[in-house]
Amino acid sequence: MSEPLNVPTMADYIAKGESPEIVFWVGCAGSFDDRAKKITKAIVKILNHANVKFAVLGAEESCTGDPAKRAGNEFLFQMQAMTNITVLNGYDVKKIVTGCPHCFNTLKNEYPSLGGKYEVVHHTQLLQDLLASGRIKIEGGSFKGKKITFHDPCYLGRGNGVYEAPREVMINLDAELAEMKRSKANGLCCGAGGAQMFKEAEKGNREINVERTEEALALNPDIIAVGCPFCNTMMTDGVKYFNKEESVKVIDVAELIAQANDL
Amino acid sequence: MISSIIFIFLLVTGSAFFILNVLKIRRNVLLGKDVNRKDNPKERWKTMILVAFGQKKMFARPVPALLHLFLYVAFVITQIELIEIVVDGAVGTHRVFRPALGGFYTCIVSFIEILSVLAFIGTIAFLSRRNLLKVPRLIRSELNGWPKLDANLILIAELILICFIFMMNGADEVLYSKGLSHATNLGDGSFGLTISSHLGPFFFGGMSEPSLHIIERIGWWGHIAMVLGFLNYLPYSKHFHILLAFPNVYYSNLNEKGEFTNLESVANEVKAMMDPSFIPPPIDPNVLMRFGAKDVTDLTWKQLLDSYTCTECGRCTSSCPANITGKLLSPRKIMMSTRDRLEEVGKNIDKNGEFKDDGKSLLIDYITPEELWACTSCNACVQECPVNIDPLSIITDLRRFLVMEQSTAPAELNGMFTNIENNGAPWQFSQADRLNWSKE
Repeated sequence: MSEPLNVPTMADYIAKGESPEIVFWVGCAGSFDDRAKKITKAIVKILNHANVKFAVLGAEESCTGDPAKRAGNEFLFQMQAMTNITVLNGYDVKKIVTGCPHCFNTLKNEYPSLGGKYEVVHHTQLLQDLLASGRIKIEGGSFKGKKITFHDPCYLGRGNGVYEAPREVMINLDAELAEMKRSKANGLCCGAGGAQMFKEAEKGNREINVERTEEALALNPDIIAVGCPFCNTMMTDGVKYFNKEESVKVIDVAELIAQANDL
Repeated sequence: MISSIIFIFLLVTGSAFFILNVLKIRRNVLLGKDVNRKDNPKERWKTMILVAFGQKKMFARPVPALLHLFLYVAFVITQIELIEIVVDGAVGTHRVFRPALGGFYTCIVSFIEILSVLAFIGTIAFLSRRNLLKVPRLIRSELNGWPKLDANLILIAELILICFIFMMNGADEVLYSKGLSHATNLGDGSFGLTISSHLGPFFFGGMSEPSLHIIERIGWWGHIAMVLGFLNYLPYSKHFHILLAFPNVYYSNLNEKGEFTNLESVANEVKAMMDPSFIPPPIDPNVLMRFGAKDVTDLTWKQLLDSYTCTECGRCTSSCPANITGKLLSPRKIMMSTRDRLEEVGKNIDKNGEFKDDGKSLLIDYITPEELWACTSCNACVQECPVNIDPLSIITDLRRFLVMEQSTAPAELNGMFTNIENNGAPWQFSQADRLNWSKE
């Protein structure tokens, strides 16, 4: 907790005539949502700790256009995409890590045909790489005896077939990993996707996040692990709905790894 | 001789009528917009063999998968016996392949018989699941009326078909054992069929020769009549999936499920807006330019093929988070509505020679905005579908029309759009403040 965050921007690198290994795409939630900002900082702490030469775009980053596209506003999406692609290509960006599965999916799958071709990874995939290459280590211990269940983000899991990266990262925590009945390809949405995050749910008999959180809580976990700032919000609200916020924490995989390293 | 003529007449008219209806469906499907699904044939064949032929996705739910497998394998294998029936019927022979194949014939027909028994059990189980156990996904409101009747008719027809097979084989076994069968006598005293050599004597053992011949003929003619009837019922039924499952899976979307299409028409406009030197391709004045889909003809042929392939099993709906929590959206209903509207458009064309505006559309008249706005785009429905139908792509295209052509998004979403336009974020924060977190 002591060292200040080192968050170089792309412009900083250019000024020094250098280029980073990877661009960290923070995302709107990661930039502005109070809870998600903590995840962003955890990712930065890990990147600093592992001496990864990374850059953020800072004020040059803009929404990928994901919520607009899912809501049907293809115009707005493509405007955002082409603006971002101009910035990214201007900096000759090759590799991007995102803190959000929605940014990840959009940059990885929907930008290439508009002229933005990059290698894009989700932060759990980067963590997996850093662990595999020994650039970060997890001493473990602090999570020993804790029960963790992972909620698959739709746009990481079903959307892109990434199920193992977050789980393999968490194996190192020495905790008990419990799976919900609906997990991986059968995972149940938290209710935020498809731009639902920004509107009231349609009329029904229950909120989706309540349905999902109930399933997670049935396992009696200490921690509900997530990999998406929007899932984080929905599951946190769900835990509050069941008045369990004292005993069950909703924590991003990046935060778990940062905590395990006392960062 | 007369029976051969009747048989050939039935076979030809039955097949012709079926082909006519298939061509009509093909025409309807091709009303859709073009989409390239012919790339990467290797991957496509692989997917088809695994998912359609191999039933891979069915086994996410093992019990119905196993029951379905009985029916599926029985259906496929029975086609072998059908070859003999067609030859016998046309030429006037009786069990024409038996003398040449000998023990192998017994083996194949016995295998068909065992599968038929399993299929019989499977069909009874399916009828029970629908009508007695009332499995939730099989009794939902969108199935009221014709879809429910359709499902039960198919299952009952299958039971009758299987009964005909055993009447035919059972009575013939008894006749053969008495040396009275029209089949070539190989001097072995029995066909040795695993099921019928027991069932036959049990049910028909005490009957007279004429009665046995009548029962055998009822079984034989009943069988072929059911097959032809069933074939011609298919194009009117959800059961058409038994044929369309294969091409539908072959033409699957091979991209990641998270990837939504980038509309080319929009790309041209956006490029022209951002780059003054960009010259958009010429617009064909004969093609109605629309952003998103209002009616079935705005969808792609693959989306329309999806609708004809849907067998209304409801796996999609039972896994849909919106539906689970009581919202109006049901992905299965999206597919059923698409097919219903497409059928209506097809009938309109049949009647008028070309489509005459009927003042209706898929959006609003068949699928309401409330259904569309309940979707979380989570892809659970796409993941669940055993034949790779993609309801989400239809939902998205209809949303696109609501937003880009009608500007009728829910108010909160319009607020989100405005924020992205003005601040580059879905909330009201200034883009200049995007790095503030690093200093907090």
